[in-house]
Amino acid sequence: MTQAIRTNTGQALPLPEGIQGIVADWSSDQRAFKNVPWGKAMMWIFLLSDTFIFSSFLISYMTVRMSTTDPWPNPSEVFGLTLFGKSIPLLLIAIMTFVLISSSGTMAMAVKFGYEKNRKMTFILLLCTAALGATFVGMQAFEWTKLIVHEGIRPWGNPLGAAQFGAAFFMITGFHGTHVSIGVIFLLIVATKVIRGDLDHERPGFMTGRKGKYEIVEIMGLYWHFVDLVWVFIFAVFYLW
Amino acid sequence: MAQAHVEGQQHPIGIYLKIWGLLFVLSTASYLVDYFHFQGYLRWFLIIVFMLLKAGLIVAVFMHMLWERLAMVYAILVPTLLLMVLLGIGALEADYTFFTRGVFFLKGLF
Repeated sequence: MTQAIRTNTGQALPLPEGIQGIVADWSSDQRAFKNVPWGKAMMWIFLLSDTFIFSSFLISYMTVRMSTTDPWPNPSEVFGLTLFGKSIPLLLIAIMTFVLISSSGTMAMAVKFGYEKNRKMTFILLLCTAALGATFVGMQAFEWTKLIVHEGIRPWGNPLGAAQFGAAFFMITGFHGTHVSIGVIFLLIVATKVIRGDLDHERPGFMTGRKGKYEIVEIMGLYWHFVDLVWVFIFAVFYLW
Repeated sequence: MAQAHVEGQQHPIGIYLKIWGLLFVLSTASYLVDYFHFQGYLRWFLIIVFMLLKAGLIVAVFMHMLWERLAMVYAILVPTLLLMVLLGIGALEADYTFFTRGVFFLKGLF
């Protein structure tokens, strides 16, 4: 069979803005998410599902806290630190918050330098992000040790008041800490790819035939910012309530 | 919004640094709510406002939602509104459980 001759009969349709844009994108009989690489759209959908998981935890926590007749332990005191003989409320959690926000800042800049193909800066910033993430997990391990060993808090009860405190605390912060830990591993993998030049040379990654591109740094960034985002909500509703 | 980019999302570094600073300020502010022992509705109002501002800044700028097409933004953000229903159900259920526990544990009062 002869091959059909390729002629250029049309060009890409213009992309309308606003509500018309939504209708046009979704009804285009093509991929709905224009201007977005496939992996990025998938990461967003994963993050949406993760949002529902964390929201279920936080809403369950709200439900048990509102329905218990025992007094709830005061987080301000439980998570306070004593520095130079003076007890400062919630200090550890405040430091953890700043560490995580800083890691989000370095991550955002890593994405920027990635798209500029600045390999060295991207690598350094990704390593900074990973280091801050690991610091966060370390501080969380310190916090857990303090609560389990010194305060005797268990998922099924504690000497400070409502038994639900331990269950909610370990479940929510444990799940979040797991996300941070996975993120640190993920960051180290992406950093390795960046410094080896895998993305500049478009080498396919492990378990995929797709070419390596700097968009994977942005996709990594979405995950990392999400972890920070979840912490914003945990900080507000668990520690400040 | 949604300008054509050469490759990916490229924005000046200044905007990230400004948002970073703003997040620090907002975090400090929400910490101070606890430090100065604000109570009642004022505490709740401030906590929720700072929380939503921080979440909004992270999603809009750090996660680049501000520069995505609306089809994408709506697909991700609108479903989260369903959580308001779960929140409402949770609150109703908790109130009811609290009430029945009150009746059970403090029989004498009813």
